[in-house]
Amino acid sequence: MSTLQGSATWRLVKAESTLCVRDKVAPLWGIGFPLILLIILASVPDLRQLVEGGGGLTYFDLYVPVLILFNLAILATASLPATLAGYRENGVLRRMRTTPVGPARVLAGQLVANLAIAVIAMVLFLATAWLGFGVDLPQHPLGFALAWLLAAAALLAIGLLISALAPGRAAATAIGTVLFFPLIFFAGLWGPISQMPPLLREIAPFTPLGAGMGAFQNAYLGDFPSVVQLLTLAAYAAVCGFVAVRWFRWE
Amino acid sequence: MPPVIEVRNLHKRYADKVAVDDVSLTIQEGEIFGILGPNGAGKTTTVECVEGLRRPDRGEIRVLGLDPLRDQAELTRRLGVQLQAGHLPERIQVAEALELYSSFYPRPADWRALLDDLGLADKAKTRYGKLSGGQKQRLSIALALVGGPRVAILDELTTGLDPQARRDTWDLIEGVRARGVTIVLVTHFMEEAERLCDRLALIDAGRVVMVDTPAGLTERARIGQRIRFRPSRPMDDSLLTSLPDVSGVTRQGDMVIVSGSDNALNAVTTVLARNQIVAERLRVEQASLEDAFVQLTGKRLESGAR
Ligand SMILES: Nc1ncnc2c1ncn2[C@@H]1O[C@H](COP(=O)(O)OP(=O)(O)O)[C@@H](O)[C@H]1O
Ligand SMILES: [Mg+2]
Repeated sequence: MSTLQGSATWRLVKAESTLCVRDKVAPLWGIGFPLILLIILASVPDLRQLVEGGGGLTYFDLYVPVLILFNLAILATASLPATLAGYRENGVLRRMRTTPVGPARVLAGQLVANLAIAVIAMVLFLATAWLGFGVDLPQHPLGFALAWLLAAAALLAIGLLISALAPGRAAATAIGTVLFFPLIFFAGLWGPISQMPPLLREIAPFTPLGAGMGAFQNAYLGDFPSVVQLLTLAAYAAVCGFVAVRWFRWE
Repeated sequence: MPPVIEVRNLHKRYADKVAVDDVSLTIQEGEIFGILGPNGAGKTTTVECVEGLRRPDRGEIRVLGLDPLRDQAELTRRLGVQLQAGHLPERIQVAEALELYSSFYPRPADWRALLDDLGLADKAKTRYGKLSGGQKQRLSIALALVGGPRVAILDELTTGLDPQARRDTWDLIEGVRARGVTIVLVTHFMEEAERLCDRLALIDAGRVVMVDTPAGLTERARIGQRIRFRPSRPMDDSLLTSLPDVSGVTRQGDMVIVSGSDNALNAVTTVLARNQIVAERLRVEQASLEDAFVQLTGKRLESGAR
């Protein structure tokens, strides 16, 4: 029985991954768009200047972790919630309730699928920047990996929370879109955090992507991410995840 | 043998509406049991309680000896379900869905054979969202059977199918029953109920009006046959009303209309012959389940039902 359940779970993960790719949001906006952006930005000479207070990193160097966070934000606000809310709206989860596998594992399948896409994106962005444009890999790989894992957990938990609270697919898409811009702003997509106005600069470390960006920056410079950064990410993951699980409706 | 499904005094209300008032059913192993009734009668609510999807307000349910809510995990392995409104992800392909669902069950049926049986073989690589209504319906029947269930509950089995697909589906269901699967069929199609069901429960406004075989129901409505003819010479109605098999005699112009049990025709022709009356323009109509339903509930079945 346990091998049966194992194979069912594995097939669900495979199926959900296939569906995620067919949905095109994750591969196109989550991977393709930031990758093209990376390549375009690489050809802008001004971005090769050092950032003031950036610890020796250039503007372009900073865009690599920003785009890694961009990928996570797309998955969490556009891909995951629309899919899950759509599943609820269309009775996919309800139908699963009548099978031995149950709907929770569809949820898990979606999470794993999104996580897999995120890993691929992260590796792809790091490798492109490194091999293509000479951006050094993070000097503290373990710190970077931990920061990435916590950032991914925080963002997917936010995605789950949107899925739980939105009444339908359309609402989930709307909430996700509205949330995307402030999230990614604090990662520094439109300019480094260090150059934001003072108030925003104060807030940034306590937003999920601001904390993630700070942790990534530390790892790039060879430091382990700070406790505050890691705790901030972990807190988002735990609180959003908990509320999402409490409020999630199958139908 | 204990019944496969037993429902006792089921009661379920939604916020402002009693959907199921008092339903009791006993369904035996190997039969095709129909639940027939007009739109809004409470059929779907009843079977969703049996499937463990809804929590009854009152009443007891046993399916294969299991409690649908407490033993849901075990029940899902043995019960195949077609939901009235049950869907799949838009982008999943037909074969992918069947293969995926078959992996959920300990002893699944051969999903490739089901694909053929339901005429979906040439749609194997088509996405769910691109299927026609009838094709979606057939896929959902296949998914209900792919786990090799001992009991299958099919809600609005052939709604949305064209007449040919409907007949093919009926053949398929008879084939499934021949393999020993007990089938609960929720329907508002008389013809379907008459053709497939061993027994039927008529449900109206959340209550069971009657449970019987299709023939038994028409008989209980006392309208087995309707005989129309023009007598070759004037005759007295009492000649016919005195017959035990005749339940009523009415006139329509020069035509006599006799209703009665299935033996009425024999009795009527015998009496007429003895009195040297020839029955001209003789016509016999078999009363349908539809007639019985109207007789028993005072309502039509199929108008706008869904
Ligand atoms: N989720 C629900 N919330 C409120 N009312 C419902 C719900 N589902 C069904 N009803 C109502 O309960 C009654 C019975 O519905 P249903 O069981 O679907 O009947 P049937 O399947 O016989 O058409 C209907 O009046 C319907 O409007
Ligand atoms: Mg119904």
